Amino acid sequence: MKELKIQPIKNGTVIDHITPGNALKVLKILKIPENVSDSIVSAVMNVESKRGRKDIVKIENRELKASEVDKIALIAPNATINIIRDYEVAEKHHVVVPDEIVGIVKCANPNCISNSKEPIQPRFIVKSREPLRIKCFYCERELEDISSGLM
Amino acid sequence: MNFKGRDIVSIKDLTEEEILHILDIAEGMVPIARGEEKSNLLEGNIMASLFFEPSTRTRLSFEAAMKRLGGNVIGFARPGATSIQKGESLADTIRTAESYCDVIVMRHPQEGSARMAAEFASVPIINGGDGAGHHPTQCLLDLFTIKKEKGDIGKNKVALVGDLKYGRTVHSLAYALAMFKAEMVFVAPEQLQMPSEVVEECKAMGATISFETDLEKAVEDADVLYVTRIQKERFPDPEEYNKVVGIYKVDKKLLENAKKGIIVMHPLPRVYEIAPEIDNTEYASYFRQAFNGVPVRMAILALVLGGIK
Ligand SMILES: Nc1ncnc2c1ncn2[C@@H]1O[C@H](COP(=O)(O)OP(=O)(O)OP(=O)(O)O)[C@@H](O)[C@H]1O
Ligand SMILES: [Mg+2]
Ligand SMILES: [Zn+2]
Repeated sequence: MKELKIQPIKNGTVIDHITPGNALKVLKILKIPENVSDSIVSAVMNVESKRGRKDIVKIENRELKASEVDKIALIAPNATINIIRDYEVAEKHHVVVPDEIVGIVKCANPNCISNSKEPIQPRFIVKSREPLRIKCFYCERELEDISSGLM
Repeated sequence: MNFKGRDIVSIKDLTEEEILHILDIAEGMVPIARGEEKSNLLEGNIMASLFFEPSTRTRLSFEAAMKRLGGNVIGFARPGATSIQKGESLADTIRTAESYCDVIVMRHPQEGSARMAAEFASVPIINGGDGAGHHPTQCLLDLFTIKKEKGDIGKNKVALVGDLKYGRTVHSLAYALAMFKAEMVFVAPEQLQMPSEVVEECKAMGATISFETDLEKAVEDADVLYVTRIQKERFPDPEEYNKVVGIYKVDKKLLENAKKGIIVMHPLPRVYEIAPEIDNTEYASYFRQAFNGVPVRMAILALVLGGIK
């Protein structure tokens, strides 16, 4: 626990190894602060670690849903989701970027069919994982700024 | 190779081998397209021609193609009189139309519309242009024209001229030419050059690519001159537009220094970029190119409807 810069939490989630600078985007995905009741949320940015610099987000009394984890993968592909129960890491998941990303980010092309009133969900194909590059299944344009396309 | 039931949304959905097969079938369709021979290959089949955006060549040549093969055509040429005006989604229009026909040809102003239609329809969708997106049958008829007039596709140096940035046909064409390992020179003013994404993709496929701003230089060793229209609305300053339009004018004088046997192609409609004095010379390939839309579309229809393997 040498790494800890903040108070340990009893139950909750630690999102570790977030791409440096993206902690606030992770909070945005998790709809924080709107979605927190009285639990403590802390974000640490740009800390040194064995694998280079990283951001960390810790949320008390909340275990993340799979759909939220999928979104985090898009902006922090190396993140780990650590579920804390009774002060211990009870579960550790590595986020995975799926081959297809459906209903998570919107296409930036205003003339794309996925941005009109059609009964479809935005859908992206992963072109490369490192760096993460995704392209719209419909109009085939690459989404340059993935985090700003988050729904 | 099985084409029956397949959608033709993007040229990228086809392999080199499949493209050559389509072009071979198209070659055999030429006498029927000219009306010299009769055919009832697609008798009893109905093509729905759904044009949400106006078009002359694409729509007419598709309809001619279907009728030359003995098939029937239903559809509309503009969305004005349809339920789209009442706010119906494209998905619903497609699901309704497909119950009346065996194949759908569509043009729609939004990118990705044909891809979406293909998800909803069980009949084949042929993309006749989706906004700034794809126009695969134009690309195929361009390849057909090059092959027919120059004997081969890959052995040529093709100069793509004009609006390479926004032009919907040139991106697909560049990609397809790269597939055949043709040499390409992109002739355009700086602000209308080929997007780097397309250039990268073509290079990755092994194409030799160069850039040129001077059309006179480019014609010296090009085998094919593929000219596109520069649209005035792309330029904020009309002065800038006038400069560029003047530079990229193909006339007799320009072609005096051209490589022997050069052909001039254009997806049409042309405005100023090709002088009418070229029309009756051996260089002018663009009207033959427009005609080639018929046999190529006949081949595509016959293949996806299973009339031919
Ligand atoms: N009770 C706790 N309260 C707050 N943070 C915790 C708690 N327990 C662990 N953490 C933090 O959760 C993260 C994962 O903890 P773990 O003990 O698995 O670290 P690790 O072995 O370094 O894992 P990794 O290899 O994924 O970096 C670390 O950032 C750690 O500081
Ligand atoms: Mg660690
Ligand atoms: Zn799109």
